[in-house]
Amino acid sequence: MDRRSLIIGGSALAGFSARAQAAPIRIGVLTDMSGPYRDPTGPGSVICTEQAVLEFGNRGLAVEVIRADHQNRPDVGANIARQWYDQGVDAIVDVPTSSVALAVNSIAREKNKVFLNSGAATSDLTGAQCSPNTVHFTYDTYMLARGTGAALTRAGGDSWYFITADYAFGHALQRDTSRFVEAGGGRVLGAARYPFPSTTDFSSFIVQAQASRAKVLGLANAGTDTANCIKQAREFGLTRNMKIAGLLLSFMEVHSLGLETCQGLVLSEPFYWNANDRTRAFTQRVRPRMPANAPPAQVQAGCYGVTLHYLKAVAELGAAAARADGRAVVAKMKAMPTDDDAFGPGRIREDGRKLHPCYLWEVKAPAQSTGAWDYYNLLATTPAEEAFRPLAEGNCPLVRS
Amino acid sequence: MDLFGIPAPLLFGQVLLGLINGAFYALLSLGLAVIFGMLNVINFTHGAQFMMGAFVAWMLLEWLGIGYWGALLLAPLIVGATGIIMERLMIARLYKLDHLYGLLLTFGLGLIIEGLFRNEFGSSGLPYRIPVELQGAWDLDFMFMPVYRGWVVLVAFVMCLATWLVIEKTKIGSYLRAATENPALVQAFGINVPRMMTLTYGAGVALAAFAGVLAAPIYSVNPQMGSNLIIIVFAVVVIGGMGSILGSVLTGFGLGIIEGLTKVFYPEASSTVIFVVMALVLLARPAALLGRS
Repeated sequence: MDRRSLIIGGSALAGFSARAQAAPIRIGVLTDMSGPYRDPTGPGSVICTEQAVLEFGNRGLAVEVIRADHQNRPDVGANIARQWYDQGVDAIVDVPTSSVALAVNSIAREKNKVFLNSGAATSDLTGAQCSPNTVHFTYDTYMLARGTGAALTRAGGDSWYFITADYAFGHALQRDTSRFVEAGGGRVLGAARYPFPSTTDFSSFIVQAQASRAKVLGLANAGTDTANCIKQAREFGLTRNMKIAGLLLSFMEVHSLGLETCQGLVLSEPFYWNANDRTRAFTQRVRPRMPANAPPAQVQAGCYGVTLHYLKAVAELGAAAARADGRAVVAKMKAMPTDDDAFGPGRIREDGRKLHPCYLWEVKAPAQSTGAWDYYNLLATTPAEEAFRPLAEGNCPLVRS
Repeated sequence: MDLFGIPAPLLFGQVLLGLINGAFYALLSLGLAVIFGMLNVINFTHGAQFMMGAFVAWMLLEWLGIGYWGALLLAPLIVGATGIIMERLMIARLYKLDHLYGLLLTFGLGLIIEGLFRNEFGSSGLPYRIPVELQGAWDLDFMFMPVYRGWVVLVAFVMCLATWLVIEKTKIGSYLRAATENPALVQAFGINVPRMMTLTYGAGVALAAFAGVLAAPIYSVNPQMGSNLIIIVFAVVVIGGMGSILGSVLTGFGLGIIEGLTKVFYPEASSTVIFVVMALVLLARPAALLGRS
C-alpha cells in the first residue's frame, strides 16, 4: 500500500495546544492508481485533497492525508476501507468505479464513518443505496444522462444504441440515459454490454451499432474504454451517419485522443478549469503540483471541493465530536451551504447529493484552440436545482422517513 | 437471409472482424511460442513488450519525427534490443530451473515496465494516427471496412508465415530446433548456443513490439494495453500446444473468430469464452491441439 502523509496545522504551528496533540483527523484517498481511471482520478485526486487541507489552513485541526490503490476491485477496495476505518481513518475520499464505491458506501454506514465520493458515478449512491454517512459530490449518472442524453435527443438524435461497460456504473448510466431518450420521444434500439475491464477492441460493437441504424451511439463507459470506442468509431466511419454521445467523456480522454479526433463531441462536466475566474484561480494554485502540470479534471476538483467542505464541518463540530460520529459530520455538511472555487456556491441535499450547476460543452476544433488544454466551448448551463434527479424520484429511504 | 436471427451479411462482417483480432492474437502468440519452444521460458513480459512497441512508435514520431513506416522497422529493433539485455542480465540465469521461476520473473518484469510507463506517461493514453497511405475504407455492401484493418491481417499473415519458414525450413532454424533438443551436442559442433538463445529471445520480443506498432493507430496507446491481451494470448499458446508455432497461429485466428461471434450473440461472455475453449481443449486433449505430449 502506497501512502504519503501530510500533517498540517496544529502541532508545529500552534504551539502544541492540547487540541492539536489529540489524534489528527485522518482522510484516506482511495482511488485508481494503476488502472484505466488513473489520470482523471488517481494521484491528481490525492493532490487536490491535500490542496484542500493546505487551503483550509491552521484552525486548530491536525489533518493527515493517506492514500491507497483499490485496483478497481470491490473486494480490494472493501478490505482497505474496513482496515482504514478500523485504524482510525475518519473519512474516505474519491473512490472512482461504482462497484467499489457501493461497497465502501455500506462499510462507512456500518462503522458510522464518513464517505466523500467524487469519482464514482452511479446515481444509486443517493437513490436506493443512499446513506446518512455519504456525500456524493461531483456528478452522477442521472446528471450526465440528463446533460448529454437529453441535449442530443432534443437536437434530433431520437434513436440510440448503447455500448455499455458490464458493471454497476455502465448499467446505471445506460438506464438513466434511456429514460431521458424515451421521455424526449426517442427510442433505444439496442445495447451491447462488454466485459470490463478486459475489452480492447470495440469494432464488433461499433459495426453492430451501425447495423442498428440508430442515430446516436451512446457510450455508457469511461476512461480508456471511451477513448478506444471513439478512436475505433472514427476508424469505422461511424460518424458519417451517427453521432457519438460520450456520456462520461472527460477532459483527460479528450486530451489523450487529441482535438482532431474529438472535435464537435458534446459532453457534460460540472467543472472545467477554464470555465470562469474562480476555476482558473483554483487551477493556478494546484497545477504546479499536479502530474505533468495538467490542470485538474472534474473528479480531482471534486475531491478538493468535498474535502474543503468536510473540514469546515469538522471545525464547526470540533474534532473530537467529529471523530466520534460520522453521521453527525455529514448532517453538519448538509446543514451548511457549500462554497469553493472549483464549483462555486451550492448545497448538499438530504439524500447526500451535492447540487451545483452542470455545463454542456462542445469540444473545439484544433484551429479554435488557443493553447495547450484549451478544449471546450460552453453550449448550455443547467442550474443546480435542475441538473440532478429530483429528490422524490430517487427513492432514497432517508427522504421518506 | 438470417442465421440464428442475425442477418447473414452482418454475421459475415463479424467473422471478418474476429479474424482481424485473431491476427493480433496470432502475432503475439507467435513470439510467445517461439520463446517457449526454444528457451523453455513462459515470457509473461510479452504484453509489456507489445505496449513498449506502441510507445516507441509514439516516441519516434513525437521526438524524432519518424513516422509509422520507420517505426514498423525501428521499434521492433529497439524493443528487441532491450529484450536482449534483459535476457543476458536476468532470464539466462533461469534456464536450468523450473518453468515457474521464469514465469514469475517475467511476470514481475512486466508489472515493473508497465508501472514505469504509467508513471511517466499516465494511464489515459497517447494519440497515434493511421498513416495517410492506409487511411480510408472500403464500402463492402454489408459493412464499412477500414483499409488499415485489412493491412493488419495481411501483415500478420505474412509475418506468421515467414517465422514458420525460418524455423522449419532454414539452416538457422534447424540449429535452433537441434539446440532445443540437445544443447550440449549442438554446442559441441561449435555453435554458440547461449548466443542463439539470446537472439531468439530478442526476436520473440521484436515480434511483440511489431504487433504493438500495428496496434498503435487503432487502440489507445496506454500502459495497460498489453496486460488485457497477454492473458488471452497465453490461453492461445496453451490451446495451440505450448511451443507449437503452427498451433499458435491457427489457434490465434480461430479464437479471434469465436470471440467475434460471442460479441454478437452474448457480448457479456466475450472475454470468458476463450477460457471455456481452453478448458475444453485441455480436458479433451491434454497435449493441446498441436502440442508434443
